[in-house]
Amino acid sequence: MRFYEYESKALLAKHGFPLPKGSKVAHTPAEAEAIAREIGGPLVLKSQVLSGGRMKAGGVLFTETPAEAKAAAETILKLEINGQTARGVLVESKQPIAQEFYLGVTWDGTAKKPVMILSDMGGIDIEEVAEQHPEHIAKRHFSTLMPFADHKAKELVASLGITGSDLNRLTRIVATLARVFQQYDLTLAEINPLGKLEDGSFVAVDGHVDLEAEAKGKHKKLLEELGIGEDETRQARPPTPFEIKGREINEVDHRGVAGNVTEFDGTLGLVIGAGGGSLTLFDAVRKHGGDPANYCEIGGNPSVSKVCNLTKLILSKPGVEKIAVMMNVVSNTRVDLVARGVIKGVIEAGHEPSEKIAIFRIPGSWERDGFKLLEKYGVEYCDRSVSMYEAAGRAVAKMKAA
Amino acid sequence: MSILITKDTTVIVQGITGREAVTMTREMMDYGTKVIGGVTPGRGGREIHGVPVCDSVEQLTNKTRVDASVISVPPAFTRDAALEAIEAGIKLLVIITENIPRYEVAQMVELANMRGAKIIGPNCLGVLSPGEAKVGNLGGRAEDAKKAFVPGSIGVMSRSGGMTTEICSTLTAAGMGQSTAVSIGGDAIIGSSYAELMPLFEADPDTKAIAIYSEPGGRMEADLARWVKENKSRLPVVAFMAGRFMDEMPGMRFGHAGTIVEGKADTTAEKIERLREAGIGVAERIEDIPKLVQQGLA
Repeated sequence: MRFYEYESKALLAKHGFPLPKGSKVAHTPAEAEAIAREIGGPLVLKSQVLSGGRMKAGGVLFTETPAEAKAAAETILKLEINGQTARGVLVESKQPIAQEFYLGVTWDGTAKKPVMILSDMGGIDIEEVAEQHPEHIAKRHFSTLMPFADHKAKELVASLGITGSDLNRLTRIVATLARVFQQYDLTLAEINPLGKLEDGSFVAVDGHVDLEAEAKGKHKKLLEELGIGEDETRQARPPTPFEIKGREINEVDHRGVAGNVTEFDGTLGLVIGAGGGSLTLFDAVRKHGGDPANYCEIGGNPSVSKVCNLTKLILSKPGVEKIAVMMNVVSNTRVDLVARGVIKGVIEAGHEPSEKIAIFRIPGSWERDGFKLLEKYGVEYCDRSVSMYEAAGRAVAKMKAA
Repeated sequence: MSILITKDTTVIVQGITGREAVTMTREMMDYGTKVIGGVTPGRGGREIHGVPVCDSVEQLTNKTRVDASVISVPPAFTRDAALEAIEAGIKLLVIITENIPRYEVAQMVELANMRGAKIIGPNCLGVLSPGEAKVGNLGGRAEDAKKAFVPGSIGVMSRSGGMTTEICSTLTAAGMGQSTAVSIGGDAIIGSSYAELMPLFEADPDTKAIAIYSEPGGRMEADLARWVKENKSRLPVVAFMAGRFMDEMPGMRFGHAGTIVEGKADTTAEKIERLREAGIGVAERIEDIPKLVQQGLA
């Protein structure tokens, strides 16, 4: 999960990284004005959104006086960047930078180790530097079993030809960032640019941190310190009320999964699974010209009540005309339990199963019992002889015929 | 033949007294897998389906040869369970558990590499060599597993457990059996990627072709493409790419933990291009896989 810049910087500051003077978040133009008065000009005001491309979108403004800062904050707080409104405005002193560096720690999935990346061409997109100026980028992996050793950081810095006090100062910064990356289960810790001031000291001009979603539970204290709520997912867009309800349904009991609901605006509700099956089926529905109302995942043998409640939730979404219940061949999820849950959900929502369920395609364990039940309610079903793609096609055809 | 496991592979289950592990143990034994024991700390001295439960892995490895361990313990205890198995000398670990932070996975993998052990998973269903053995949940009950998986010459690797069965079932219906099917796991960092398992399939005289299921996220498909090209693989490879809709939604999470699109190289469009460049056939639908495999073999 991605941190806002001000949260990333708060984490860095906690570990001794120098930030630009000031560096406080304002939530109103008046607050920005007060912070500006405290810091003194020249100033930079930055929109706090999770999206990139802030500068281009006009989300970063430079000012001199508190009055200008107030006006700039007003503009930024109203500005939408890639569909996101700002969480706040970060107000900082704009210090003269002598040289910009890039510093990042992330995962190399091929080497399966964390990798430190340093460049003396900071401030621009690092992938671009990698493509056009590979000699300006240094990389070093480090062990996850041994304690982080400072000389690894030193080797990284020295390999770019950096020496003198820059080498010693950067080594300390790199080593600290690597340790922060380790300590908090980060998937990305990036300072870009890392600015060298005219007096030779360094500041984190911009910072970006991603914490692994799986490790959220391990770092509750940090999240609390930074004011990050437990419900925040920090995806490309915030969860909708429909998605939040889906999560609540899934969390009621620990038997299997019936959740991971993502809202779309179509008319065909999808009760699909499992992880890979859902991706495959969602593609198939769209390829047939279908219009999905949602994405979801069921799997791991969810309870009847979970499937029932998920079904009801999807049917309650305005515009949903029918649902398609489809999975890959299942081995651990019981077909009969899913069938029972879906039928129960449709009936409790006040509909006729044979009418509302466009297709049921879940082959596998306990399928005979499941199919018997579906037959009783007159629901169209199919076994593994009908492919996932074809089943999706049948559902879409029914929608078009209706 | 097969890779990784045969009917002679001796297997233990770490976390054997857990509800799901008890079922999994039963299913493996019914399939013919040589399960010889299990571990749950504090439950030593009991029996599950007639095999002994011990408090530690070495209590089993001290007495008998253990070729593989299936790990099905809660995420907070998985790293230690894996390190314990590796230090006890077990060379194949199948980690079923999901939701393990990447850092911990990397630690297990690093130790495995130092000790010459191989990890399959985490967040996987395991390995199945039809007619030989199954290690993990893959295929479920023995009767269901025998329906979807039959012996043959196609090696299958999949980032999705369920889709492993779907693909094998489709191949079986087309008269194409499998040498070994591996659910490699859905996380961003896993013990064995496609490219790391390819040399095993390459060395298995009975494997004649490869079918893979792939997803957005990560560089695993690019690594496979590079391996196939650099090693001039004798095996025709066919890939199915799911989650194409995700290319339009960067930063959103669907499916497995490893699918999030973080950069351009993570998109399905980019991956498909890499795979095609390496001569790998890309199936538009699952049901097209057998036909493409046939073409590759011709």
